[in-house]
Amino acid sequence: MVNLRTRIGDLILKNPIMPASGTFSEELADVIDIGQLGAHVTKTITEEKREGNPTPRICEVNGSILNSIGIPSKGVEHFIKHTIPFYNQYDVPLVTSISAHTSDDFARLCNKVTVPGVAAIEVNISCPNIDDDGKAFAMRPSATKTVVQKVRSSSDLPLWVKLSPNTGETVEVALVAEDAGADALVVSNTMLAMSIDITSRKPRLGNLMGGLSGPSLKPIALRMAYQCAKSVRIPVIGCGGISTVYDVIEYLIAGVKAVQIGTATFVHPSTMINILSDLEDYLREQNIRNLNDIIGTVQDANTIDAVVFMETAP
Amino acid sequence: MSIQTADNVKRNDQPARSVFQVEAIIKRNSPINKEYHLLNVDAPQSILRCKPGQFFHILCPARAAHQPYLRRPMSIFGYSLEKGELQFLYKVTGNGTRALTYLKKNDVVNLLGPLGIPFTIKPNWVNLLILARGVGLATLAPLAQEANRLERNLITICSARNSDVLMSDNHFRKLGAEVITVTDTEGTSKMENVRHIIEDRICGDGIDAMYTCGSNRMLQLLQGIGTKYAIPGQVALEQQMACGLGMCQCCVRSFYCGKKIVQKRVCRDGPVFGLQEAMAW
Ligand SMILES: Cc1cc2nc3c(=O)[nH]c(=O)nc-3n(C[C@H](O)[C@H](O)[C@H](O)COP(=O)(O)OP(=O)(O)OC[C@H]3O[C@@H](n4cnc5c(N)ncnc54)[C@H](O)[C@@H]3O)c2cc1C
Ligand SMILES: Cc1cc2nc3c(=O)[nH]c(=O)nc-3n(C[C@H](O)[C@H](O)[C@H](O)COP(=O)(O)O)c2cc1C
Ligand code: FES
Repeated sequence: MVNLRTRIGDLILKNPIMPASGTFSEELADVIDIGQLGAHVTKTITEEKREGNPTPRICEVNGSILNSIGIPSKGVEHFIKHTIPFYNQYDVPLVTSISAHTSDDFARLCNKVTVPGVAAIEVNISCPNIDDDGKAFAMRPSATKTVVQKVRSSSDLPLWVKLSPNTGETVEVALVAEDAGADALVVSNTMLAMSIDITSRKPRLGNLMGGLSGPSLKPIALRMAYQCAKSVRIPVIGCGGISTVYDVIEYLIAGVKAVQIGTATFVHPSTMINILSDLEDYLREQNIRNLNDIIGTVQDANTIDAVVFMETAP
Repeated sequence: MSIQTADNVKRNDQPARSVFQVEAIIKRNSPINKEYHLLNVDAPQSILRCKPGQFFHILCPARAAHQPYLRRPMSIFGYSLEKGELQFLYKVTGNGTRALTYLKKNDVVNLLGPLGIPFTIKPNWVNLLILARGVGLATLAPLAQEANRLERNLITICSARNSDVLMSDNHFRKLGAEVITVTDTEGTSKMENVRHIIEDRICGDGIDAMYTCGSNRMLQLLQGIGTKYAIPGQVALEQQMACGLGMCQCCVRSFYCGKKIVQKRVCRDGPVFGLQEAMAW
C-alpha cells in the first residue's frame, strides 16, 4: 500500500488530489465518485447574490482556455442551506472559497462561513480591491497583508490563501500571507489574457479579457509554486494546468503538498479519479511508499537563492 | 504503467451514475449534403437510456490542422436501444466539427452523456407541432420518434434556405409525421406564411403543444401564437459550453421568471426550456 495521506496544517487529507474552485460542483457526482477526492473545493461565493459577466465567457486558445465567468453567486445563505449539506454527505473535507471587494467584507463573509461542516476557507484574493485602486488584492503585498489579517481575526478555521500570477512580487505576497496568518497557499489562480477573432476583430470574450487556465498555464504556476515552497514554511497547494499524473509529480517535486485540478475536468470529467489511481501506480512502481518522500525533492542544490526567487526571465 | 488519459472510471458499488463517459465505435460518418454530416455510433446500453432533447458532449479528436480542446455539444439525432445505436447530425462549422469529419468506420469517439433536460410530451398533448430550421431539425428529430411511439399526431414544418439543404423532411415522414416544407427560395418560409399555416391548424384539428429549436424568429412566432391561443410549448436552446455538466457557468442565458429576469445554465437547466420562459436574442 502506498500512503497518499498529506497534511495541510491541521487538516489531514486522504490524498493530495482535489478540484480547483470554479471548475467543480455537485453535478460532477453524476459522473464520478467524488467521495474519493482528497478535499472538495467549492466555487467562490460572495456574501450577496450576484450575476457573472456577459457571454461568451470562455474561449479556446491552443489547447488551453480563457475564461471571464466572474463570480456569479447565489449568496452565503444559499450556500449554508444547500451547498454545505450536500457535501457533508461525503467523508471529505469541505473547503469554501470566498471573495469580496473590501477587506471588511471579506472578514464578514469569512465569519459567516465559519460553521460546522466547513473544514477550511480558501480566500480568493484575485478580485479587485475597491478600497484601494481596484487592483486585485493578490497583486500587492500590502493589500494581501491587510485582507489576510482581517480574515484571520474573523475565523478560527484553517485559511488557504489563493495567489495570483498577475503579480511581479510572488515571494513577497507569499511571505506576507504567511505572516498574516495563512495556514496554506494555493498557487495559483488564472493569468490575465486576451484573444481576438481576426475576422470580426472582436475580442473573443464578452468581458474583453479573461484568465488563462489549462496546460499553457502550468509552467507559470509551477514556477510560482516552487518559489512559494522555497520561501514559506506553510504548505503550498499547486494549481494550474494539471492534466496527467506526471504534472502532479512535477508539482510535488517542486515542493507542493497537494494539488488542485481545474480545466482538465472539463475535457475529461474523470481526470481527478484517473490521476489518483495513476499516482498510486506511479509511486508503487518507483518504490516510493509515502507521498511525503517525493515532495520537495527538486535537485536545485547548486542554484543560488537569487535565481530561485527571480521575478523576470534572464 | 499505463496512463489513463480518458475514462474507465470504476463504477461498481457506487450510487447509480446518470452520466457516462464512453468510447463508442463509429459505424458510419459521412456527409449527407454540402454542409451536414451524419455520425452513427455503436453505443453501450448505459448511454442509450436517453431522451429526445438531450445531448452528448463529444470529444472531437485533434488533428494536425484542427486542434479542438474542449468537447462540443451535439443533440441526439436518433437513438435505438434495440440496435445499440446513437446518431448525430452535425453541421461543419469550425475546428471541432471539422475534426469530427475525419472519423472513419471503426474509429472510436469519446462521448459524455446523456446530458440535459429532455422535451416532454404530456399525456393530454395529442396534436403536436414541430417548427424547425437548419440544424434545429437534428434536435427535434428524436421528438418525432417519441411522438410516433406514443401515437400522437405530429405536424412538422421544415424550413430551409432551399430544397437542397432540407435534409430531414423524409426522416420526419418516415416517423409518421405530416411534413410541410417551406423554403427561402420559394418565398414560403416567411414568418407570416408560417403563422398562417399554424393558425389554420389551430382552427382545424387544434394544436396541443408546439416545439422549436435554434431560430430566434421561429421562437418569437411561437411565443406570440402560444400567448394568443394559450398553447404551451418548449424550445431547445444553444449556448457555447465548456463542461456541459453545470459546473462552470459558461453557458448561461437570460430567462423570464415571473417579472424577473434570471440566468440559467443551458447545459443543466436546459437545453429544453418552456416556450414563454425563453428570451429571444
Ligand atoms: C445543446 C446543444 C446541442 C447542439 N446540437 C447540435 C447538433 O445536433 N448539430 C450541430 O451541428 N450543432 C449542434 N450544436 C452546435 C454545436 O455545438 C456547435 O456548432 C459546435 O460546438 C461548433 O464547434 P466548432 O469547433 O466546429 O466551431 P467553432 O466555431 O470553431 O467553435 C468555437 C467555439 O464556439 C463554440 N460554439 C460555436 N457555435 C456554437 C453553438 N451554436 N453552440 C454551442 N457552442 C458553439 C464551440 O464549442 C467552441 O468552443 C449544439 C449546441 C448545443 C449547445
Ligand atoms: C471556468 C473557471 C472558473 C473559475 N472560477 C474560479 C473561482 O470562482 N474562484 C477561484 O479562486 N478560481 C477560479 N478559477 C481558477 C481555477 O480555480 C484555477 O486556479 C485555474 O483554472 C488554474 O488551474 P487549471 O489550469 O487546472 O484550470 C476558475 C477557472 C475556470 C477555468
Ligand atoms: S457548460 Fe459548464 S455550466 Fe454549462
